[in-house]
Amino acid sequence: MKFYDVTDLAVRNLRESVFRNSLTTIGISVGVASLVAMLSLGIGLQQLASRRLQKSGLFDTVVVTSRRDLRSFREQREQREDGPPPAESPALDERALQKIEQLPGVVEAYPDIRFVTEVRFDDKPHLTMVAGIPFSAKNNDAFEGMQGSFFSSEASAEVILQKSFAEELLGKTPKPGADNTNIAELAKPLLGKELMVRYGARIAPPSSTGPSDGAAYSVVSRQQTLKIVGVTDLDPESMRGAARARVFLPLKLVQNLHVMEPGLRDSPASGAPTYTSLSVRVGNPNQVPAVEDDIKKMGFSAFSIVDATRSMRQFFAVLDVFLGIFGSLALAVASIGIVNTLVMAILERRREIGIMKAVGASDADVRGLFFAEAGAMGLVGGAVGVALGWAIGRLINFGTNIYLERQHFPPAQIWSVPLWLVLSAIAFSIVVSLLSGLYPAARAARLDPVQALRYE
Amino acid sequence: MEIPGPNSLAVRTEKVCRHYQMGEALVRAVDGISIDIRAGEFVALLGASGSGKSSLLNLVAGLDRPTSGAVIVQGNNLAVLSRAELAKHRLHTVGMVFQSFNLIPSMTLLENVELPMRFAEVDRRERSALARQSLDRVGLSGRLAHRPMELSGGEQQRASLARALINRPKLLLADEPTGNLDSRTGTEIMELIRSFNQSLGMTVLMVTHEQVLAEKYAGRMLHLADGRLVDDAGNVSSVPASAPQGGTE
Repeated sequence: MKFYDVTDLAVRNLRESVFRNSLTTIGISVGVASLVAMLSLGIGLQQLASRRLQKSGLFDTVVVTSRRDLRSFREQREQREDGPPPAESPALDERALQKIEQLPGVVEAYPDIRFVTEVRFDDKPHLTMVAGIPFSAKNNDAFEGMQGSFFSSEASAEVILQKSFAEELLGKTPKPGADNTNIAELAKPLLGKELMVRYGARIAPPSSTGPSDGAAYSVVSRQQTLKIVGVTDLDPESMRGAARARVFLPLKLVQNLHVMEPGLRDSPASGAPTYTSLSVRVGNPNQVPAVEDDIKKMGFSAFSIVDATRSMRQFFAVLDVFLGIFGSLALAVASIGIVNTLVMAILERRREIGIMKAVGASDADVRGLFFAEAGAMGLVGGAVGVALGWAIGRLINFGTNIYLERQHFPPAQIWSVPLWLVLSAIAFSIVVSLLSGLYPAARAARLDPVQALRYE
Repeated sequence: MEIPGPNSLAVRTEKVCRHYQMGEALVRAVDGISIDIRAGEFVALLGASGSGKSSLLNLVAGLDRPTSGAVIVQGNNLAVLSRAELAKHRLHTVGMVFQSFNLIPSMTLLENVELPMRFAEVDRRERSALARQSLDRVGLSGRLAHRPMELSGGEQQRASLARALINRPKLLLADEPTGNLDSRTGTEIMELIRSFNQSLGMTVLMVTHEQVLAEKYAGRMLHLADGRLVDDAGNVSSVPASAPQGGTE
């Protein structure tokens, strides 16, 4: 039979018992819808997570430290194996920074400057970690949803506070377990106010005196008045653990202050200051391993958390599989419905099958007809199911966003239905339907025409 | 074994048997029948119900396979054909009409008549024209869009005749074609069948239990009892009722 005739007869048969076939098709739709809704949420969450992480700058950053600063035994052993001993490794100074900045794939490199110091507000002292952040961090996710604004210029005398520090300044102690302080209310009394940072500044010794081994400089206590421009509720440095700062200054400003840092020494060769660590931003997370290797070849220690993305992808792959399995369960139940409907159809149309065989239909014609009916139910069920799943996903997204809004979180897109999901869901639905049609089609094809004709 | 040419012999059965098991008992529906039917003949199969005449017709139609023996139609031994080849045989070589008409109730007359051409993969436009022509021949040109249930028995049987003829078969097999019709309508149908036999040269093999009808229309009558051929006197016989057997024992 020609394709047109098979589909024509199949559609005609489906219309004959439209109620039963519609119910079966709705069953398939529900199955496909649950599959699509589950996967669209899985994919949406994955996209949300990778978007956040990519914006956070964690996955395109390599942290570089000098090998002179031994931090762990493990690192020490590593150095013995694949690099010069700590004493011979190059200094992490301005020259090294410029060299690193010229590596392929590197967008920028900047020193990490952080120090614990006293911050005065309202004449009350507060001890905290202060860090310089580059102006390019303006686009970071961590500063999204921030109250106030980012620094007005690269070295402006301005400061951004982390929420917990803002609470401290206002004398508010967050209740344990409750994390719902309104950031806007918190920022209102602080924005535009002044804050004073006290620090120890290094003063280079006069060139004539003392050996240039980096140990000879004097420390002078200084202070800098800063204007509070922003309060952020996110933690831009969450990865740094105990070393994370709660007060952020423009990096250029901090560099100009010449703050005495515990690990900071002068390079023996140049007399220029060396850095404890550098942050290197890479254009594309995929280039991180290559850049890391290049930096290691230069004799520095390099560290990135690109592996974390790999485990994240793995996590979402597993999540998608689980969601897919749960979604498919409904489709599996629906497929039993198809088998049932078609077997019923064989019983009902026994005589008709006999007639068709008597006038010349082959086994293949009859089989094709039942297959086409199963496939058509799969196609329609799949298409309706995708639309339904899309709507369910949207509804969940909508509901979640209402919840997020109530909790004072920014809205998020946790749901995504890419084209490949639409097409593969429909294809999957057709394949499942055809598989369900295998048994009924074979049974119909093998029907003995003499007995079928005798059937009333 | 010599296979007769299609021009001389339309159907030949050689000691054909169709036995089946029904619980403990073996039913010998057809039990060693050998017949020859020449092309263009009008043969009536007579016998009481259960005599095996419909079973024999089904074997010739290729709807059923013999347990043993040979059924040779147009030179092909149906006993050795595959299921697909048997379907082709039903599609092109034979046309069938039944006592209960066997039209598909959800289809219009035109669609019913077109149906075999769908399986024969005839082009859509061509088959519509042919179906109309065929229905016209049986006098149903005004009923194309009607469904079988909307028609009288006689009209349904005429439509089923139109369907049987649509693929231009050589052999028309009729299983009690007038069994569900009153005598006047039955006569109409028989006249149509006779006209196909005479004007189109179709070989007709008709199962009936009406002696009168058979005598009036058939050129030859074969009587069956208990799955075997009997002569007019009622004696069971295993020799061909006509034409000497071509093969050797």
